[in-house]
Amino acid sequence: MRGTSAVLGAAGFAGFLALCEAVPRLGVVSEDYFPPVSRIADALVGEFGDEAFWTALGDTLTGWALGLTIAVTAGILAGVVISVVPYLRAATASTIEFMRPIPSVALIPLAVLLYGTELRSVLLLVVYASFWQVLIQVLYGVQDVDPLAEETARSYGLGTWARIRHVLWPTALPYVMTGVRLAAAVALILAITAELVIGAPGLGSRIAVAQTSQAVPEMYALLVVTGLLGLLINVGARTVERRALAWHQSVRREVTV
Amino acid sequence: MLDVRGLRKVYEGSGRRVEAVRDLTFTVDAGELVCLVGPSGCGKTTLLKCVAGLLSPTSGEVLLEGRRVSGPPPGMAVVFQEYGRSLFPWMRVRDNVELPLKQKDLAKARRRELVSDALDAVGLADAAGAYPWQLSGGMQQRVAIARALAYEPDVLLMDEPFAAVDAQTRADLEDLVRGLWRQRGITILFVTHDIDEAVYLGERVIVLSSSPTVVQEQLKIDLPDERDQLHTRVAPRFAELRTHVYEQIQAAKRGAVPQDAKAAPPDVKTDRIPRVEG
Repeated sequence: MRGTSAVLGAAGFAGFLALCEAVPRLGVVSEDYFPPVSRIADALVGEFGDEAFWTALGDTLTGWALGLTIAVTAGILAGVVISVVPYLRAATASTIEFMRPIPSVALIPLAVLLYGTELRSVLLLVVYASFWQVLIQVLYGVQDVDPLAEETARSYGLGTWARIRHVLWPTALPYVMTGVRLAAAVALILAITAELVIGAPGLGSRIAVAQTSQAVPEMYALLVVTGLLGLLINVGARTVERRALAWHQSVRREVTV
Repeated sequence: MLDVRGLRKVYEGSGRRVEAVRDLTFTVDAGELVCLVGPSGCGKTTLLKCVAGLLSPTSGEVLLEGRRVSGPPPGMAVVFQEYGRSLFPWMRVRDNVELPLKQKDLAKARRRELVSDALDAVGLADAAGAYPWQLSGGMQQRVAIARALAYEPDVLLMDEPFAAVDAQTRADLEDLVRGLWRQRGITILFVTHDIDEAVYLGERVIVLSSSPTVVQEQLKIDLPDERDQLHTRVAPRFAELRTHVYEQIQAAKRGAVPQDAKAAPPDVKTDRIPRVEG
């Protein structure tokens, strides 16, 4: 079953590539704007041989990883504090609901005003977008703590810190993992957007340069790279999630010993 | 050892005022196994949570070795009915048992010793590396009992611990608790809705009234110390005692809710969830 779907998936993807090769070759769309796959592949190989490409990739990944780390750390800390301190949750709920829907891209002018085209501009946008993803999940996760588990911990004399560490955190962890996975995807989108629009160094600005210099196959090649990045990030996040949540009912296999 | 004096608990909230426990006074001596039995919904769990320091009573007090209980006291362990929620699924059996010990100032070697000794005592030495959810219901409740044992409590509170396991497992676990009690001399307060269980296990049975709860009767169980499922339960004295407790509970129900006088036999055993011990 697994083998069959893998074969089908590969066949489907090969078909998609063949279609992308055939459509421009048959003149259905102009080769100038939609080059055949083989030319995009050539351009991709060319990119791989260019040192500037690797620098750009490094810049994008730096902005992504740094922003994501800051957002996840801040989101978890803020979420736990808001949940643990009495009344804080009710007091912050309206503010969170107001701040959260503001699209991160709307902050681009602010980022440019503050930091120009520096890395900090990218970080501002990435952190703002991913922070809420994590925070909201942590808030939900903490609410999921079983009162009986909490009572058990209290009856055995576990203090506040021990209860956060041994009860609240493991309960919230599945939610946190979901938050991190969503945040990782959003962070990549925002990193590329910031580079593309603001011109901060990275894959995004390289795409912009390729576009303005009419290097259409190179532009597509870079798009392929960003797609691959997104794919890798998602697969990586899911792997981490499965490892960390081996005990959770969504992951574990029921075995009776 | 354990002294409950004039305990009263009133829940207030959303315009409703519920007096769960009206006035309870009883004592449990050191090394005694006392069963609390009462009709469904008579505030047994409320009482137990007050004793455990998880709820503060509206008035009255609970004394453990002469000291007033205001939060969970160090020398007390609780075994809850819902082992599935009380054990932590993210920890292996060994770690579940060890966690409370980490709050005590014990050397690592001593902790390990207590954990393996407790798991041995409940017959689960082999399951130390498993996760609780890999075990059957009865085994999970054994883990919860092992966790309480390893904590070396002066008083062990058990809140309907066997209400969610099947009848055969339940009999085994009853014998396990009696065995541990006799070996280790722990003081046990055992809350149950099952009259047979109360009479079979206890040295003394405290019968509670319907809510608002008072002590309906205290009864000494003069069965021999050596008890077993096969013979004790068919002994004439067992039958007399269980009939007596049963009548007391029926009287308690009639006293509080007269319109229920004609009701069918009590639903004392209907909330068992059958589970297969594997």
